[in-house]
Amino acid sequence: MNKSQNIQENPTTRKIRAGLKKRYAAERRFRFYGMAGIAIAVFALVVLFVSIGSKGYTAFVQTHIQLDVFFDEALIDPAGERKAEVLSRADYAGVVKASLRARFPEVKSRRDKRQLYGLISPGAAFDLREMIMADPSLIGTTQKMTLVASDDVDMLIKGHISRETEESARPIKDTQVAWVDQLSEAGAVSTPFNIRFFTAGDSREPELAGIWGAIVGSFYTMLVTLALSFPLGVAAAIYLEEFAHKSRLAALIEVNINNLAAVPSIVFGLLGLAVFLNFFQMPRSAPIVGGVVLALMTFPTIIIAGRAALKSVPPSIREAAAGLGASRTQVVFHHVLPLAMPGIMTGTIIGMARAVGETAPLLMIGMVAFIVDIPQGITDPASVLPVQVYLWADAPERAFVERTSATTMVLLGFLIVMNAAAVLLRKKFERRW
Amino acid sequence: MASEHTVKSFDDELSRLDNLVATMGGLAESQVNDSLNALTNRDVALADKIIAEDKRLDRLEEEINIQSQKLLALRHPVADDLRLVIAGLKVSSDLERIGDYAKNIAKRTKILTDAPRLGTSNSIKRMGGIVESMIRDVLDAYLARDNEKADDVRNRDEEVDALHSSLFRELLTYMMEDPRNISYCTHLLFVAKNIERMGDHVTNIAENVIFMVTGHRPDEARPKDDETPFTVVDGEGGAKSEIGAQ
Amino acid sequence: MFAFQEPKGDSPVTQTAEKPTPKEAEVIPVPEAGPEDIKVAARDVTVHYSGAQALFNINLDIPERRVTSLIGPSGCGKSTFLRCVNRMNDTIDGCVVGGNLMMDGFDINSNEIDVVELRARVGMVFQKPNPFPKSIYDNVAYGPRIHGLASDSTELDEIVTRSLEKAGLWNEVKDRLLEPGTGLSGGQQQRLCIARAIAVSPEVILMDEPCSALDPIATAKIEELIDEIRENFTIVIVTHSMQQAARVSQYTAFFHLGKLVEKGTTEKIFTEPDDQRTQDYITGRFG
Repeated sequence: MNKSQNIQENPTTRKIRAGLKKRYAAERRFRFYGMAGIAIAVFALVVLFVSIGSKGYTAFVQTHIQLDVFFDEALIDPAGERKAEVLSRADYAGVVKASLRARFPEVKSRRDKRQLYGLISPGAAFDLREMIMADPSLIGTTQKMTLVASDDVDMLIKGHISRETEESARPIKDTQVAWVDQLSEAGAVSTPFNIRFFTAGDSREPELAGIWGAIVGSFYTMLVTLALSFPLGVAAAIYLEEFAHKSRLAALIEVNINNLAAVPSIVFGLLGLAVFLNFFQMPRSAPIVGGVVLALMTFPTIIIAGRAALKSVPPSIREAAAGLGASRTQVVFHHVLPLAMPGIMTGTIIGMARAVGETAPLLMIGMVAFIVDIPQGITDPASVLPVQVYLWADAPERAFVERTSATTMVLLGFLIVMNAAAVLLRKKFERRW
Repeated sequence: MASEHTVKSFDDELSRLDNLVATMGGLAESQVNDSLNALTNRDVALADKIIAEDKRLDRLEEEINIQSQKLLALRHPVADDLRLVIAGLKVSSDLERIGDYAKNIAKRTKILTDAPRLGTSNSIKRMGGIVESMIRDVLDAYLARDNEKADDVRNRDEEVDALHSSLFRELLTYMMEDPRNISYCTHLLFVAKNIERMGDHVTNIAENVIFMVTGHRPDEARPKDDETPFTVVDGEGGAKSEIGAQ
Repeated sequence: MFAFQEPKGDSPVTQTAEKPTPKEAEVIPVPEAGPEDIKVAARDVTVHYSGAQALFNINLDIPERRVTSLIGPSGCGKSTFLRCVNRMNDTIDGCVVGGNLMMDGFDINSNEIDVVELRARVGMVFQKPNPFPKSIYDNVAYGPRIHGLASDSTELDEIVTRSLEKAGLWNEVKDRLLEPGTGLSGGQQQRLCIARAIAVSPEVILMDEPCSALDPIATAKIEELIDEIRENFTIVIVTHSMQQAARVSQYTAFFHLGKLVEKGTTEKIFTEPDDQRTQDYITGRFG
C-alpha cells in the first residue's frame, strides 16, 4: 500500500483508494471460495481412491502353498500309454490330495481330511493337468510345486479373516488355521503377484477368478462402439455444421440431439433389448449388441463436441480456401476437418471413457450372465468390466470383496489414462493456426 | 544520396523533379550567358533567340509545378523528401525570374546596338561573369546537395552588389556629362539592375539549397553591399553616398 | 474516359544545346497510359443483406492491368462491392446481388458460371494474413493442386517457385519451404497469401485492406509488390488509408453510404475532386 503514497492526491485517486480495500477483500474471499471448492473436490476424490485402493490392493497378490507333489502314475496314467485323452481326464485332484496327505500324515478322520483338502484351491488340479499335458515325462516324479491356496486361506493370510472371531462365525476352522501356521513357519506359504487376475476369466472360485474375460469383452464392445459412433458422429457433425441450412428443421434436429445426450442410459438398454435382441434377434450378451447400444449413447456426445470443434475453426481459413476456388466439400475436408480433429478426438475420447464405465444398459441386454470363456469375437457372449464389478459385488465369498475393489481400480486406471490422453491431445494440438 | 525508397516509383518521381530542375537551371544559365554575349557583341539575332527561348523556361516552371503538386498529393512526402519538393518549387520560380531578366537584357540589347561603347561594358561583363559562375555553382550545389557550396555562393553576391553600386555611380556620371548619353545609360542602368537582381535570385536559390539539405534557413543575413538606394550625384559632378548609407 | 493527364504543351527539353549542363539530364518520361480495356464492368449493381440495402446502383469500370482503389468511410460498401466480384457474398446468408456485373463480357452472377472457376480467375487477399496451417510449399501449391494446373510434381515445383518469386518472397523462404506458413512474420505471411493467390494465374486480384494489419515497412514492401505485379494482373484494392490509395493506384473510386460518389484518375481525385463530399473525405473534414 506504500506505493500509492507516491501518487499525487486528487479527488479521483481518493475515491479509488477508498474502495480499494473492499475490492481486495472481495477478491481474497473469491479466491478462498474457489480453493475451498477445489479442496472439497480433491478431498472427495482422495477419499474415493483411498477407500477403493485400500480394499483392493491385496487382490494383486495371491497366496500360494508350496508342496511336494508326487505325480503318481497309478493315478494319472495306469495304462502307461501316455494317451492324450487319458492324461486329460486323469484325477489330478487326487494327486493333490495325496500330496497333502503326504505332507500331513497325522490327519486321519474323514472330516479332518476334507478340511485338509480345503486348503488348496480346486484350480490347482487344472494347473497340474496343464503341466502334465505339456510334459508327460514328469509322470512318476516328485516336484516341488507352488499351488494356489484356497480363498479362505488367502483371506486368512491377507488378514481379512480375523483369528479372534468365533470359529463358528468364520469359514476357516481352527485346525485349518493350525496347518496354515505350520506351513508358513516352514516357509511354504508365499504371496506372489496375482498374474492369474489378469489372465483368467470369471470363476466361481475367487482365487481363480480373473478379469481378462471382462477386459476382452470391454475391448470388443468399445471397438464396436467406436467403429459405429465415430464416423457417423463426425459425419453428422460436419453435415449439421457446414451444410445444413439454418432452417427450422435444423434447429429441431439440434434440440433433439442435445436431448439425446441427456437421456438416462438405461433407456438405451431397453431400446437394445426391445429392438436389437427381440426384433433383430441379435446374439444376447454379445459385444456387438452392447457396442451398438453404447454407440447410440456416445453418438450425441461426439456430435456436440464435433460441432463445437468445427465452429471454432476461424472463418478466415474457410474464406482463404473458398477464395482460391475450393468447393464446399474441399473446404471442409482439406482445411476445416483437420483443424477441428483435435477437438473431435477429445470429445470422442471423453464419450468413450463414459461408455467404458456404463453398466445399466448392458445389464438390460443380458451382459449380466456368468461368462467363463474369453470371448473370441464380437458375437461371442461376453462381459464388461463394470458389469464384472456388479456381479462380484453380489457374490458371497469374502475374497470377492477385494477383487471387486481391484477391478474398480483397474477400471479407474483405464478412465484416468483415457482422460489424460484427451487432455494431452488437446494441449498438444491446440492453437496450431 | 542515401538508400532508395522501398517503393521504387517514388524514387522515379523524385528523380524526375530533380531532372526538371537541372534542365531548367541549365537553360537559365545558357540564357544568361547568351544575353551577356549578345549585349557585348551587339548580336541582335542572338537576342531574338533568347527572347524566343524564354517560353521554354516558362513551360519548364509549369511542369515543375505540376510534378511537385502530384508528388505532394500522391506521395505526401515528409522530412528530406518534403524539403526537396518545396525547394524544387521555389528554385524553379527563382530560375524563371532569372530567365526573365535575361530576356529583358536581350530586349534592351536590340535598342543598344548603335550606342557608343562606354567604359562600363567591362564592369558589366565582369558583373555578368560573376553571376554566371554563381548560377553554375548553385546548380551544382543543388544537385549534389552541397550546402557549403551554396553558402559560398551566397557570400559572392556581395561583390555583385558592390559592382552594381559602382556601375550606378559611373553611369550617373556619364549621364551628367553628356545629356545625349541619358537614354543609353538608362538602359544600361536597367541592365545592371537586372544582373544585380539575378544575383539576388541566385542567392535565394542558395538559401533554398541550404534549407533543403539542413532543414533550416541560414542564420546570418546575407551580406549586402548595395549602396544604390542611397546614392546621389551632386551638381558638381561628384558622386557620393548619403549619410546613413552603409 | 479516364485518360491520364498529359503535361501541358510539348514534352520538356531533354538537353541544352551548347553549354555543358550541371548534369546530363534526361527527363524521365511520364509512364505511358496505354490503351485500356475494361476488365470488370459494373452496371447498376445493388446488394441487399436480409432486406437492408447495402449498395445502390453502382456503375464502375475496372480497367485491365491497372490498380483501382476503393476508398470511403467504414460501412460505405466498398468491401461489399469487392466481394461481389468473386461472389464471396454467396457465402453470406440472406445476401442478394442485383444488377449486372460483367467480366470480359460475361455475367458473373449468371447460373451458367461456375463459382469455383470464377474464384480461380479472380483471386483474393484478405485483411488479416491467413495462410493455411500447412507448409509454405503446400500453401502455394494448394490452388494449383485442386484445379489440376500441374501435370506432375516438377511442374508444380515450378509454379510454386515462380509464384514465390513474383511475390518477392522466394529469397527469404527458399531454404525452408517445408516449414509451416504460420511461422513467418506478418508481412511475409501476407506476401505468402499473395503468392498463393498468384499461383492459380488469376486475371484479377482483389485485395481487401491487405496492409491494415502490417507495420509500415511491410506495407511499403507490399506496395512495391503491387507496383511490380500490376503489369500482369488487374488489381482492385479496398483501403482505409487514403494515403495508400494515393500511392498505389491509378484509378480511385469513392464510396459513401452504399453509393459511388466519384470515380476518376487517382491524381485528379486527390488534387481537384469534382464532388464536395469527396473533397471533405480526403481532407479529413468528414463528421
